[in-house]
Amino acid sequence: MQKVFGRPKGLTEVAFSFCPGCTHGIIMRLVGEVLEELEIIEDTIGVSPVGCAGFCQDFFSCDFVGAAHGRAQAVGTGIKRALPDRIVFTYQGDGDIAAIGTQHAIHTAARGEKITSIMVNNAIYGMTGGQMAPTTLEGMKTSTSPYGRDLVINGYPLDLPKTIATLDGVKYVASVSVDSPKNILQAKKAIKKAFQVQQAGLGFALVSVLSTCPTNWGLSPVDSLKWLRENMMPVYEMGELKVAEEVKNL
Amino acid sequence: MARVKVLSEYCKSCRLCVEICPKGVLQIGDKTNAKGYYTAIVVDEEKCNGCTLCGIVCPDVAIEVYK
Ligand SMILES: Cc1ncc(C[n+]2csc(CCOP(=O)(O)OP(=O)(O)O)c2C)c(N)n1
Ligand code: SF4
Repeated sequence: MQKVFGRPKGLTEVAFSFCPGCTHGIIMRLVGEVLEELEIIEDTIGVSPVGCAGFCQDFFSCDFVGAAHGRAQAVGTGIKRALPDRIVFTYQGDGDIAAIGTQHAIHTAARGEKITSIMVNNAIYGMTGGQMAPTTLEGMKTSTSPYGRDLVINGYPLDLPKTIATLDGVKYVASVSVDSPKNILQAKKAIKKAFQVQQAGLGFALVSVLSTCPTNWGLSPVDSLKWLRENMMPVYEMGELKVAEEVKNL
Repeated sequence: MARVKVLSEYCKSCRLCVEICPKGVLQIGDKTNAKGYYTAIVVDEEKCNGCTLCGIVCPDVAIEVYK
């Protein structure tokens, strides 16, 4: 018998620190699989965020640098410019990349930095106790919006990938989900393409992945997937939001 | 012929594999791992066809499939 499924070489043996059923773990596995399949583990430097993914240097088998909250792309920019032959990626929560790090998200993209960013959108700040984030949905109850997000007071949810896709320096943007096996496989394809864009030296690539936070949503892991599918996927524009001409030929 | 193996020390009892398996091969057992989670167990190995759906949805890479 042959092993047809198991831990990819892009991950270490260390068990994830996430809560039971949190889909951060699926997304990390997909990145680990892509690192292995593209044979870039040795050449890759990841940048970790602040948030529940803040320990990701322990989980990936490539090199890693830790950044301050929201600054992963600034750190990634520096690494890539100093070591242009390396593959550089950031792995960031929505609170990291779309709240405190929004300036870097926009300017890294506008400058067309040749790095890859993975954004994990669970619509809240997970690590700090489920506070409202720019990505929180209308009416969604969080620890800091106990009556639900009010658009008049709190503004509209920020669809960061859709915004980034409008910028010229950007070569590839996809918004995917990990709520079902089919979507997980699609998410992996998008993540792989985002790394291939960098391998080809084309420019900035972003993949946003809709993810669950069963703990702060107050739902079981199974119900969280359903909630994501029914509530988040209709709000955020899904699919490949930008595929530059040169990416189509990859 | 296929075989599914749960790496119990990684399992956190989230049930995603139990729910996704179309053949009912996996269940949550009555034994805990070192972290205190009741881990998934293989209850009907004969029925496993090696589709890997359980592994694909497992957020803790706690499943191996052999074919
Ligand atoms: C400069 C600074 N401000 C605030 C914090 C507190 N803080 C830690 S994690 C976090 C938000 C994390 O949310 P997100 O990026 O969505 O990741 P998740 O935990 O949901 O995966 C905040 C605000 C901090 N560590 N540093
Ligand atoms: S708090 Fe939420 S995002 Fe953080 S590990 Fe737990 S379930 Fe995942």
